[in-house]
Amino acid sequence: MSFLEYAPAPESRAILNLRDEYGLFIDGEFVEGHGTPFQTISPASEQRIAMISSADSTDVDAAVAAARRAYQRTWSRMSGRDRGKYLFRIARLLQERARELAVAESLDNGKPIKESRDVDVPLVAAWFFYYAGWADKLDHAGLGADPRSLGVAAQVIPWNFPLLMLAWKIAPALAAGNTVVLKPAETTPLTALLFAEIVQQADLPPGVVNIITGAGDTGAALVGHGDVDKVAFTGSTAVGRAIAKTVAGTDTKLTLELGGKAANIVFDDAPIDQAIEGIVNGIFFNQGHVCCAGSRLLVQENVHDEVVERLKARLSTLRLGDPLDKNTDIGAINSREQLERIRELSDAGVDEGAERWTAECEIPDDGFWFAPTIFTNVSTSHRIAREEIFGPVLSVLPFRTPAEAVAKANNTPYGLSAGIWTDKGSRILAVADRLRAGVIWANTFNRFDPSSPFGGYKESGYGREGGRHGLAAYLAPAGAARPARTHVAASEAAAVEAPRKSARTPKRQAKGTKR
Amino acid sequence: MSRLAVPKTYKLAIGGKFPRSESGRTYEVRTADGSFLANAAKASRKDARDAVVAARAAVKGWSGATAYNRGQVLYRIAELLEGRRAQFADEIVALEGVTRAAATAQVDEAIDRWVWYAGWADKFAQVAGNANPVAGPFFNISVPEPTGVVAIIAPQDSSLVGLVSAVAPALVAGNAVVVVASEAYPLPAISLAEVLATSDVPGGVVNTLTGSPAEIAPWLASHEDVNALDLVGAGALDWVDLEIAAADTLKRVLRPEQGADAAAPSLDRITAFTETKTVWHTKSMI
Repeated sequence: MSFLEYAPAPESRAILNLRDEYGLFIDGEFVEGHGTPFQTISPASEQRIAMISSADSTDVDAAVAAARRAYQRTWSRMSGRDRGKYLFRIARLLQERARELAVAESLDNGKPIKESRDVDVPLVAAWFFYYAGWADKLDHAGLGADPRSLGVAAQVIPWNFPLLMLAWKIAPALAAGNTVVLKPAETTPLTALLFAEIVQQADLPPGVVNIITGAGDTGAALVGHGDVDKVAFTGSTAVGRAIAKTVAGTDTKLTLELGGKAANIVFDDAPIDQAIEGIVNGIFFNQGHVCCAGSRLLVQENVHDEVVERLKARLSTLRLGDPLDKNTDIGAINSREQLERIRELSDAGVDEGAERWTAECEIPDDGFWFAPTIFTNVSTSHRIAREEIFGPVLSVLPFRTPAEAVAKANNTPYGLSAGIWTDKGSRILAVADRLRAGVIWANTFNRFDPSSPFGGYKESGYGREGGRHGLAAYLAPAGAARPARTHVAASEAAAVEAPRKSARTPKRQAKGTKR
Repeated sequence: MSRLAVPKTYKLAIGGKFPRSESGRTYEVRTADGSFLANAAKASRKDARDAVVAARAAVKGWSGATAYNRGQVLYRIAELLEGRRAQFADEIVALEGVTRAAATAQVDEAIDRWVWYAGWADKFAQVAGNANPVAGPFFNISVPEPTGVVAIIAPQDSSLVGLVSAVAPALVAGNAVVVVASEAYPLPAISLAEVLATSDVPGGVVNTLTGSPAEIAPWLASHEDVNALDLVGAGALDWVDLEIAAADTLKRVLRPEQGADAAAPSLDRITAFTETKTVWHTKSMI
């Protein structure tokens, strides 16, 4: 037996106690949705896990109304200290049920258990722990004394880190005193519904957290709802644009965490062993389903061939397969749709003249899989160097000087993250200064922490999640003036743009009575 | 016998130069009681695009200057304004029809706001940034950086203090600005541009357009090389459409403000046009 032939070491699914059907979690109870239910499957086997309710617009109304009631009656009146205690409770419950959550996440999402167990779920608990402590310290959030919460937050999250994205959204929102309606991604609703059970165990007042499941139209109904005060979205830049247009002209606050095409820059004096591990972590972590993935590798010309060869050697040792196996490095692609997208873009890479190398590995018969792939001879105009691939595909581009590296790295409408590999500290600082990206990892990659702000420049979105900045995104200064409205009277506006404006009218009335 | 006055030709300010509108268009600026005052340049789409190009070219130098240097340059503007108080007061009296005392008070307030913002240049990063105690062997720090090119629709009912209140905070962090002045009161904006041209502000850092905001704003809102849009003075325009256009490139947008408190001095107006950059540095084992 060579070191590559490990016996299977699957994590047991026995720890899961899943229901066969899940409803929507509204006002503290699971209720049936009015849309057509759908099934969530394991992308590694295509086997059905459970049936999931779908929320239509009446369900969205009910969830937002529950959140509004909870905001007015309990949550906004509760002391910060008590809000914090609820969040600490949730953090502890998450830790207690960590194993179960990790198994559910790997089952539903397809990511390797070692990642859900060692990265996703511990960070989820950390996120609640961090923001729990903020709840009674809002005076120090940077908005002056007595900042006010915003109200009801509508939150829509993606499928790549289902529970972690939930934590990024819900923890700061609740700490700041808001109530939430959250919609998990269509393909990964499971852990959000387990989280709803945790909310029940924590005895959180009904309506403070509402979780509605469904597809894109459910999300559109939620973010376009007239009675939400805050929209937070993580997902594609295209959807982010549409949401920005939806909330234009309203007083809804918006934060967007969108796509990326991060450059991972390797200088010739980089510690190569660490850099290779960092590159692998940068693009093959979570099957490359990471908005901040280092999908463009910029390598200094004189070490280009060495880096590429060592990368290939390292990738050949990665194990692709059962996400629940503790030895698995590369899990399943989350959905057939995403697999098609990765294939299409990879084929375009070949068509455009880049050189493709794919690690040899056995692909399971069922499920969605894509072997780790590297493209060399990539030029900056190639689609694989410009478009977010969201899969385990790395494009390698050479550079000669630091200035060229910076120019290439910034040559994208995105600006979410970047990596720098060099032994020279002063070069790290100089290059980091010039990179137009919100998160920069120097001699490391894909690190996340609840105390560290995360978010993009340019078309990667706006606003930050994590840290004090992430808290401020859910607060307004005390006595902050409401943003001015269009000079057009509501009735005239309704005539011009009927759907959007008429949907807004009830909100104004509701707010009038609220204050 | 009284002396015949020499009137000034009011032009645009783009890239440190004072061109006429490429369109050759002007519009009449009148006093509060309706008599002719000047022909101001009526900027076109092309002028707006030229201004964005000039602003983009200026970002690197201005944002790369030290914060101490930017603070001194901004303070220098206040010094030069102080010496031209009478000129600005004359323009405000003529345009707005207010008393000389009210005009002088407006000029003084504008100068004082420059001084206030100048002092922020080397401090706001300490207030808006953070050292982050991450759970691992990393030095992790978040700092605000300028967003880039900021397009501003200046307040329309205030000739000088409104303009200054919108432009000054955007400059503090190192952004370059394209500002569309008050349509009815454009003359102090061009006089301010003359002050900027002689006060060590690099050319292109502030580009001033006069004319119709309703005509120019859509081109700035949809321009792909504009990073942020301040609609503070766009309340009378169809600003929702401007915000929708800005969403195509995910611009940072500040919405209209009305009344005397519009664009009141605040740290938020500085940080609104900044991006938080977080850098993780590994710590080695020793």
